[in-house]
Parts: sequence; structure tokens; C-alpha cells
Amino acid sequence: MSTRAAEALDRGCAPWLLAAALAATAPHAEHQPLWLSALSAGLFTWGAWLWWTHRRLPGTWPLLLLVALATGGILFEFRTLLGRDAGVAMLVVFMALKLLELGSRRDATVVVTLAYFLLLTHYFYSQSIATGAWLLMAMTLATAALVRLHGGPGIPARSTLRQAGVLLAQSLPFMLALYLLFPRVSGPLWGLPQDAHAARTGLSEQMEPGQIASLAQSGEVAFRARFTGPLPPRDKLYWRGPVLENHDGRRWRPIPGRGQAPRIEALSPPVAYEITLEPHQQRWLLALDAPGALPANFGLAATLTATGREPLTYRQRFDLTATVDFRFNVDEEAGILRRNLALPPGFHPRTRALAEEWARAEADPAAAVGRALALFTRENFFYTLQPPLLGEQPVDEFLFDTRRGFCEHYAAAFVVLMRAAGIPARVVTGYQGGEANPVDGYLVVRQSDAHAWAEVWLAGRGGVRDHPTRAVSPARVEGGGATAVAAGEPLPAMFRLRGDWLRTLRYRWEALENSWNQQVIGYNVQRQRDLMMRFGMADPDWRSMGAALAGIGALMLAVLAAWALWRRDRRDAASRLWATALRKLARHKVNCAPWEPPLQVVRRIEQEAPGLAPAFSPVAMAYIAARYGDRPDMLDDLRAAVAHLP
Amino acid sequence: MLPAHDHLLAGRPHALDSVVTAAGQVLFGKQREIRLALACLLARGHLLIEDLPGVGKTTLAHALARLLGLQFSRIQFTSDLLPADITGLSVYERERGAFRFLPGPVFAQMVLADEINRATPKTQSALLEAMEERQVTVEGETRALPEPFFVIATQNPSHQIGTFPLPESQLDRFLMRIELGYPERGAERALLAAGGQRSNADRLDALLAAERLPALQAEAAAIHVAAPLLDYIQALVEATRREPAFQHGLSPRAGLALLAAARAWAWLAGRDMVLPDDVQDVLPAVARHRLRLSQGTGMARAEDIAGLIRAVPIP
Repeated sequence: MSTRAAEALDRGCAPWLLAAALAATAPHAEHQPLWLSALSAGLFTWGAWLWWTHRRLPGTWPLLLLVALATGGILFEFRTLLGRDAGVAMLVVFMALKLLELGSRRDATVVVTLAYFLLLTHYFYSQSIATGAWLLMAMTLATAALVRLHGGPGIPARSTLRQAGVLLAQSLPFMLALYLLFPRVSGPLWGLPQDAHAARTGLSEQMEPGQIASLAQSGEVAFRARFTGPLPPRDKLYWRGPVLENHDGRRWRPIPGRGQAPRIEALSPPVAYEITLEPHQQRWLLALDAPGALPANFGLAATLTATGREPLTYRQRFDLTATVDFRFNVDEEAGILRRNLALPPGFHPRTRALAEEWARAEADPAAAVGRALALFTRENFFYTLQPPLLGEQPVDEFLFDTRRGFCEHYAAAFVVLMRAAGIPARVVTGYQGGEANPVDGYLVVRQSDAHAWAEVWLAGRGGVRDHPTRAVSPARVEGGGATAVAAGEPLPAMFRLRGDWLRTLRYRWEALENSWNQQVIGYNVQRQRDLMMRFGMADPDWRSMGAALAGIGALMLAVLAAWALWRRDRRDAASRLWATALRKLARHKVNCAPWEPPLQVVRRIEQEAPGLAPAFSPVAMAYIAARYGDRPDMLDDLRAAVAHLP
Repeated sequence: MLPAHDHLLAGRPHALDSVVTAAGQVLFGKQREIRLALACLLARGHLLIEDLPGVGKTTLAHALARLLGLQFSRIQFTSDLLPADITGLSVYERERGAFRFLPGPVFAQMVLADEINRATPKTQSALLEAMEERQVTVEGETRALPEPFFVIATQNPSHQIGTFPLPESQLDRFLMRIELGYPERGAERALLAAGGQRSNADRLDALLAAERLPALQAEAAAIHVAAPLLDYIQALVEATRREPAFQHGLSPRAGLALLAAARAWAWLAGRDMVLPDDVQDVLPAVARHRLRLSQGTGMARAEDIAGLIRAVPIP
């Protein structure tokens, strides 16, 4: 059982190493280029086949050729060998290639070390529960491979795994201490500035028909909120994203640099809530209308949209307040009102004609709002996620010909109608409603809750929210996306859950995922500080926390040492001396297992370290006599012999 | 007295050393199996050899019988063998006007029961009872078997059609079960060069008088066993009971058998105390036929026992 590195690898180790390597690399297939996954799968299969058929491993030249080819491919694919994606790809390929080079124990050690290192790289891509569970399994396998490497043949697989599990369980207190105390950096733990977060779906800064349809079909969580008090009614839950005021006939965009602060009059007491935003790569906070105090680094634009200085590139949590009944911007700037009336020339002739007719007929601007909503209710308008394509005059075509569309179509048509009727209006995008999870009380807002509505400005009342989609399909507001859509239209399977138990299961899983995000992933600089202060640390910084970590680590080691000493003390004198002798042997690279009987150790030494044999034989003889021959008088001889051992 | 340094592994010389050497000259490369058979005999147990025909089962029995000066008898088990063919029967003698008992082949100091699984369970149990009781009861009269009394039974593991495999309860009557296996390359070459083994075995001279054997058996049974060693045996037995790979663990009787075998093994090694080495050496022979795997129907394999040994630290 010596650990000489150049020693040939015992054949039984290979399956363990293969399994550990596979577990450490497999999840990367999800985001790697296909050719890379195929290449590493091929190399793995080759390695396994060579092992299975007892064939010789490939020589140095074919391996060098493969390394060159793979490196060239990675260079071609990523244009670099550095950075996250290229670096991980290199590691995966190296791991697969190393399995074709499993000749000695040194190679096996390299595979295990590489496997441990590769485990870390998965956190670049995902920090979910599933990833955590997989990596725990992969870490057990890598540790088991290490145990098998040092344990020698003949140990059943189950006890190898058990020993690896025990080792990991023993390291648990240290893991916990490191997790709680290791000084944290603000920002994502594993985020890299450049390529850590590729673009994903979310709300965007411009609107054109069809865009929100793709969002509405995603059941992905956009954010979660938890209210301190009772949940406000659903139809008050408007989470504001960008407000689109510029219109060029087809496209809607925000006016850049709307800096001036809004004037908000609260009509009801504020509600406090906490929002956990999934990274959406934009700067919006998606705060509930109308927001109260904002966190540092966030500002409120005159459009009521709260935006930050930096895009949200990782999951973040904020404590916010909101007033769900409010009035704002009663005295709006003339310039802004003018812009909210602008319509591009040459667009929407039929719509403008209709609205101008209304404006002539009604003196009160609010009546035109009512007429527009009544139009959607009375006429044959349909809510659908698959509207027909629209041509050169999208609003006219929608209002008079197709009459099928979703919130964007209705909001855009409504705003054009209002502007043409002389009422300042704009499109507001964001999320509406959400689903309360009865398990943990969190309100889950999904990408499918993304929405567009309209806001008109009425003299004396300021900005007023209007929901033209609601006129068509009231269920859209009351029941969430799923109930508003006609049967037969594609929606994610999750939304068509009917069975109660399945729904409960989903609620439970999401609650679990949420508490994982909140408690485990969301343990950030601030919460670490709070925890430290609760433990009486006045001003925790990385120095004091490092010191605390060192202190607690030392304490745990001391407890372990005390336990080991206590265990040692329970053994009789002879076995204590024998253990000392074995420790001395270990220093000479002769490692003995706890099941190895004394004479076998003697035989091993004669083979592996013949130089030690003359000094060790007296130890073995005295130990055998004292312990198994019931000769307590031999203890002194044993002590002397052990002391003589180099 | 402690062995001198050079004899730490070799042990003290004893009366059976020459027997081991001489038997090794007819059964090449099977030192370990010869020693196990002798240990079995010393521990007053019986031996089951399970292997293919022609690997030297009979040669081993024959050689041991001759070298130890034991009366030898061989019973070839067949499906029509009757209990009386083993134990013997009473015949009426007209001249004397009385029954006379004709002892069967079991009345010998060393009995080779060849292919024991070919006979019916009834016949098998006649032999197994004799092994256990060391006496035979025929027609209400109990007759003691000779002393020492040692049975070597053989089984052929393949060709199971038309055989009656020994049930577990009967297997337990054998202290040890060993396999001989094919000889190694060098040993096989030596065997080919020397000609037949059996004929060589027939030419062996007794190196020991049969009467001396009981004294040696008593010596082996008196070998010192320290408390830590009993702890170790207990830990091993308990581990077999915890191990889910086995249908059930070793019985207390098996624990006693292990202790007796380890004592005999230590005696053969020329030591006056039992070491964990001895226990580990005899464990496969003592435990394998007593442990059934929970998966499949087979008995424990050598690697299961090796795993068991590695799972139990020496206390």
C-alpha cells in the first residue's frame, strides 16, 4: 500500500476514475458547443473501451496530435484560450484525454485533482439546487476514486463509497464555517465581468408586435416578492418596467434621459415588500407602482420607472415600499405632454379619423377613454398569443381588420387612439399580477406575466393607468396569462396543470428553490455583516472575519484532536505504541490499513522497505508478545523498540 | 519463550513440519492447502474439498493418511449408495447362531467420501451424523468410531444434474471448505516431469504414529488466545451479520470453528499464541461455505471475504 507515484495503476481503479471524470464534466455538455461534447464523449468511450478490452493505451504521439487538434478547435470556436468558456472547454478536453493516459498512480492523482477543480467550474453556469446536488454526488465519486486509489484492490465498492461519504461528512463543519465566514465579495461569487452572463429573454427597451408573445410563453421566474402585510389585490399589482413614449409608426421606445423626479400623492398607506430579482441584464428594478423609497444606486424617473446605475447581472434582493393607490404628475410639463401627443405623420389614417371624430363628439376627454374601451368590448376583438402578421399600418390593420392580438397590440392601438383624440398617452411595459405560492407566501412573477398597458394624462388627475386588454378579456387581468388564452394555443405545459397534487408539488418545489436562492445563494456581503454583528462583531471586515474563520477552524481542529486523543486513550498501552510505530512507518511511505495484522506488516516491510526490517522486527515481536501473548512485561521492550525505530 | 528474530515469520519447528514438506513433494505448489487440511485435522474438524476432478483431491487425502499413519478408507458416493453401505450392518452367522456386526468403511481413521453430493440425502446424513457424533448407531447399538477420526469429503462443483447438493445445515458440519485449483505453471511442469501423483503418494512412508495425533490436537486446542483476539473474532462475526451482501451472518458455532481453526493454524506456524494473521488466513476456508450471498444463490466468494477483512479494523 505504498504511494509511490510512478507505480503502475491497479486496474480496478480505472472505473472509479472514469466515473468521477464523467460526473465532473457531464453537466458542461449543456452549454458547450456540440462538437466539444461529442469529442469528449468519444474520448471517454475510447478510454472505457480500452480498459474493458485490456488494450494498450495510445502512445505519446497520437495524444499530442489530439491535444493540438482540440486546442485548435477551441481556439477557432472561442477565438481565445482564456476566459471562462474557453478555459472550461480546455479543462474538459484535458480531462477526457488524461483518461487515455492512465498508466501510473500519478496519472490517477492528476485525474482526481482535475475532477475536484472541474467541480468548481460548474458554478460559473448554475447555482441551482440540482447543480448543488449533482456536484455533491460528483465530489463523493471523486473522493471515492481517491479512497480506492489509496485503499488497494479487494475493497468492495460499497465500502469505498461509504468511506468517501464519511470523509465528506467529517468535512461538513469546515464547509459550513467557510461558507459562513469566508469574507464575501459583493457581486456574484463566480461571475466574470465579460462573458459571465449572456443575453437572455426579458423585457426590452422597445416594443414591436410579437415580442411579448415569446415572453408570455416562458414559465421562467422573473422575480419573487414577499409582502410584509397582506397581499394587495391582484389588479393593483403593476410592476413597472420601461415606459415607451416615442412612437415612429411601428416601434415604441422610451424617451432617453427622463430624469426629473415624479410627484406622487399617496392615497393609501404604503405597503412594504421584499423583491428578489432574477438577473435580467437591464437596469430596471421592476418596482411595484408607485414606489416609495428606493435602495441606494437606484433612481426614480419621471415615468415612475425605477432604474439602477448598473444592469442586474445576478440575483439580487431589495427591500421596497409602494403605494398601490396614488396620483402622480398632476402638473405635467408642457413639453412632455406634447411628446405624449405626438403621432408620426403618414401613419394610422383610419385610427386617427375615428379618434378625431370622438374628440369632436365629446367635450370631456375622459369620455374618449370610455369610448375606446367600449370599442374593444363591443366589437369582435380576440385575445391571442398568435396574432396575424401586420403590414405597413399596423394599428389600422389591427383595429379594423384582424382584431386579434395580445396586450401589446391593444396598448399600442389604445395609445394611438388617445393621442389622436388629443389625450396625452403612452405605453407602459412591465409585469402584471403574479402567483402567490401558498407554501412559503412568496408571490412568484414569471416571464409569462410580462405585460403592456397604457397610461393617459388627464387634467386634474395626472397619469392614469388604463388597461385596454382588460376590456377584451377580463380574465387576462383577473386570472393570469393561462386563463385568458383560448384552448388549443401553445402554452407551457406547466400552465395547463389541472391536477391539484401536481400544483401543490410545483408550489413546494418552487418554494424550496426560492428558499435555496434566498438563504443559500442570497447570503451576501450584507447578510454576512448582519450575521457577524449579531454574533457581537462590532465592525466586521475581511480582516476580522478572516481572524474569526481562523479561530473557529482552530477550535474545530482542537475539538477533533481532543476527540482523537480521547479515543487513543481508550486503547491499551500496547496498541498505542503499535500505532506510534505505524505512524513512523508512514513517514517512510509504508502505509498500513487498520485491518492489517502484525505479521503481514512485517512481510510488507521486508518487501517494500527492507532497510527498516531489522529495526521493525523487535517492535513486532514485542507487540505480539505483549498484546496477543499476554506478556505485560514485554511493554518496556516494546517501548524501547518503538523509540529505536527511525 | 519468544521466537528469535529470524524465526518471527518462520515460527518454531514442530512434528508436522516434515509432513507438510513430504506432502508438498507429491502435491506440487499446494503448500497452503496442505496446511489448511492439516489445521482442519488438528482442530478435530472435517474437510470439504470442492473442485474439478483430477486436481489432486484424492492425492491429498491419500498422502495425508499415509504420512500420518492413519487407516484410510474411501467411499465412492453414488446415487444407489445406502446408509448401511457406509455404517456397516449385522449379518446372521448360522454357526454361532448370533448376529455379527460387519463395520462399514466409515470405521477408519481417515475417510475419503468421494463426490458426496451424488448420494441421496438419507445416505449423506448417515455420514454427516457419524462425523458430528463420532459414533455410529446401528440396530440400537452404538459403536464409537476410531480416534482420530477425520473425514475428507469431495464435491464436483460442475455437473450438478442428478446430484443432491448439501444443505446449509449440513455444510456447517465441515470445519473448512477448500478448493485446490489448477497448479501454477511451474508446479504443473514439475508434476508432468514427475509422472503421476497418486503413485507417488502410495510410496510415502508414515512420518508420525497415529496415536500421537490426539496429543497434538490437544496441544493445538490449548494455544493461548488473548482478549483482543477474541474481540477481533467477535468483530468479524458481527460484521458478517451487519453486511447486507450476505443472507445471514455467521452463527456462534461458526465463531467457535473460526477460533479452533485459528488455533490450529497458529500451532502449525510454530507459535504459542494466536494472532489476527491466523484468523485472516483461515477465515476464507472457515466462512465461505457458511455465508450465502443475498444476491444470487451462490456462497460467498473469496473477494467477499477479502472485503470483510478489510472492513473490520483490528481492535
